[in-house]
Amino acid sequence: MWRWVHKYGSPPVFYRISGRLLPWLWGLFAILLGWGLYGALISSPPDYQQGESVRIVYIHVPAAWNSMFIYVAMAVSGLIALVWRIKVAEIVLIASAPIGAMFTFLALVTGSLWGKPMWGAWWVWDARLTSELILLFLYLGVIALHGAIEDRRTAARAVSILALVGVVNIPIIHFSVEWWNTLHQPATITKFEKPSMHIDMLVPLLVMALAFKLFYVNTLLMRARGELLERERDVKWVKELAS
Amino acid sequence: MAEYFEMGGYGFYVWTSYGIALVAMLATVWGARQRHRRQLARVVRRQKREQAGKR
Repeated sequence: MWRWVHKYGSPPVFYRISGRLLPWLWGLFAILLGWGLYGALISSPPDYQQGESVRIVYIHVPAAWNSMFIYVAMAVSGLIALVWRIKVAEIVLIASAPIGAMFTFLALVTGSLWGKPMWGAWWVWDARLTSELILLFLYLGVIALHGAIEDRRTAARAVSILALVGVVNIPIIHFSVEWWNTLHQPATITKFEKPSMHIDMLVPLLVMALAFKLFYVNTLLMRARGELLERERDVKWVKELAS
Repeated sequence: MAEYFEMGGYGFYVWTSYGIALVAMLATVWGARQRHRRQLARVVRRQKREQAGKR
């Protein structure tokens, strides 16, 4: 496994392979998004209580899942960066932050746009909403901290620690709807029980979630490639690339 | 068709959500693309300068 990590973790190999993969990954994303959007906007039925406003959920839930998933990915990269000092882990960490912040923002805004007609309020200080807002601040904190430290390796160490400390917020977001009496509804889809959702709604939701995950992977690869060129500008393979 | 876009009275909320999602995701892709291009251009510029210096 370590040999595999070193081979594909080596910057020139990563740069070349990701460059070749990206067009295909974007193609796959387009297919998934098309399928997901068709399901979300056309083929799925309106909800018996929420009516057509339920269509917002097909963006809101995948965005919210991504906001947590990306943070965990960031924290894991932070741990790897701290313990093994692997450069690619540092790059994944910092390249993930703006993408995660975007999805957190999206989850909050679409939640607000759903909350207004359904709850009658754009915002309430309920545990789920508040912890998700803290997640946004954590992302912005990671970005700001990284930008404030000149030296790349020191900056990477600092944001690794911040990402790791902040990961405590993730279970809080996840369990907030169970621990506290929130206005936000509890989970509909859980690992252990049959989802209490009709298949015509569940499939588009999961397809959209998959499309959003792929969006993260693709934009992460793009950002990582840029970051890699900047860090390795004095290394032979980058110089060869330019000529 | 117009009825479809009204979304049973929730048209504003639904389409604003999808619109913001579209803009935010496009901006993310654009930002990632610009970053990579800028770095690549910088590397090429440096390379040219160094080669000019050698001659």
